[in-house]
Amino acid sequence: MELLVNISLLFMLSLTVIAVVRLKSLFAIVMLFGIYSLLSAMIFIALDAVDVAFTEAAVGAGISTVLMLATLVTTGRWEKKSSRSSFLPLLIVSITGAALVWGTLDMPEYGNPDNPAHHHVADRYIEQSPEEIGIPNMVTSVLASYRGFDTLGEVIVVFTALIGVLSLLQVRTPPSVAETPLRNENRKLSRPYPVLQVVALVMMPFIILFALYVQFHGDFGPGGGFQAGVIFAVAFILYTLTYGLDDALALTPVSVLKALAAGGVLIYGGTGVVSMLLGGNFLDYNVLSSNPVSGQHIGIIVIELGVGITVASVLICAFYAFMTRALPDQGQKG
Amino acid sequence: MDSFFNEVISGALGRYNYWVVIFLMMSGFYVVIGSTNLVKKIVGLNIFQTSVFILYISIGKINGGTAPIVWANAERYSNPLPHVLILTAIVVGVATTALGLSLIMRIKHAYNTVEEDEILAISLEEDEDE
Repeated sequence: MELLVNISLLFMLSLTVIAVVRLKSLFAIVMLFGIYSLLSAMIFIALDAVDVAFTEAAVGAGISTVLMLATLVTTGRWEKKSSRSSFLPLLIVSITGAALVWGTLDMPEYGNPDNPAHHHVADRYIEQSPEEIGIPNMVTSVLASYRGFDTLGEVIVVFTALIGVLSLLQVRTPPSVAETPLRNENRKLSRPYPVLQVVALVMMPFIILFALYVQFHGDFGPGGGFQAGVIFAVAFILYTLTYGLDDALALTPVSVLKALAAGGVLIYGGTGVVSMLLGGNFLDYNVLSSNPVSGQHIGIIVIELGVGITVASVLICAFYAFMTRALPDQGQKG
Repeated sequence: MDSFFNEVISGALGRYNYWVVIFLMMSGFYVVIGSTNLVKKIVGLNIFQTSVFILYISIGKINGGTAPIVWANAERYSNPLPHVLILTAIVVGVATTALGLSLIMRIKHAYNTVEEDEILAISLEEDEDE
């Protein structure tokens, strides 16, 4: 049964990709990419990677699609017919693909518990982490504690990407209420979707509550800072899409978001420094409390919080920058 | 003869995931090198990226295993290490995609097109003018 699910999902994934390659409508391609992400999230569930599936569903099917759609507003919806021949790319791709398939013949069969990939450090993570770290979700143990240094690097990459986005695209400064006395009247005109707006407002607290649950339940079930940050960002993206960028910028000013993005990295790095000051190694949480296991608990909750804050504010801020570029005139007529 | 066929079939099933991953990876690669539209190239890059994610997660799967969250009835758990690597890679992936897309928006602003061949033609003209 498991095998059948796996085979059919991968087959559907291949069909989606063939459609992406052949289509010329960029809008359709972006929507198909959302489906592709959702299908791969399902495959991740079938392959026992629940945390990964969670992230892929929120990121790939949600945030990536929205960012690509915002890009299409400025770049146009159609791909022009290329004058270039597709023979050479096809040749290169076929040769590379054939070489890779040849390479898989030497690979150990999928799913065999004796495969070398499962016996390097994984045994220790599976056998020792429930006692050493004291939390049931092994993925969180490895992410936040055993490989905490690695994760710190990834959070810094996310933060650096925001610096890049903001230096390429500026976020519009919203008109202040004093400067635009007519704003309230304009607002009525710029709100053509009352039903969507009411629904969005009702959903927002639940999305944020769910994000907080994912954030703090990540030790025990699937979840953690990365997923929670993305879900938190989705609440604000929904608000921006229905209420417009100006209202969203009034709700969460960019200066605050920038400070939060840096603050999250600081919380993470600071935890490492604190553990050094207490006599341990960098990001060694054992010394944070008299009991090593509760020290691990404290360390993981704090750094996951840092991850969540950085990821959420980076994604919200990048989305604002995209919307500024996509809707340059919105709200500025007043 | 029968045992030979069984071996071939089980060998093929054991590598089915890898082959689909290679197909997806090469399709993404083809879009990146064969398409001239920059937004489509980014989609191709993302398809390539996701196929690598599926490769890693497939390698981490153990038959009869369950999700690596402690459970009293679990016989064995799938390997948590690839999950960690890919989880963070997905979020890093969206951050770099955002960076790529914002570069495309600036290119559109500067050249008024996102087709690679047109951009090349315009920049060649500019070079000749200088």
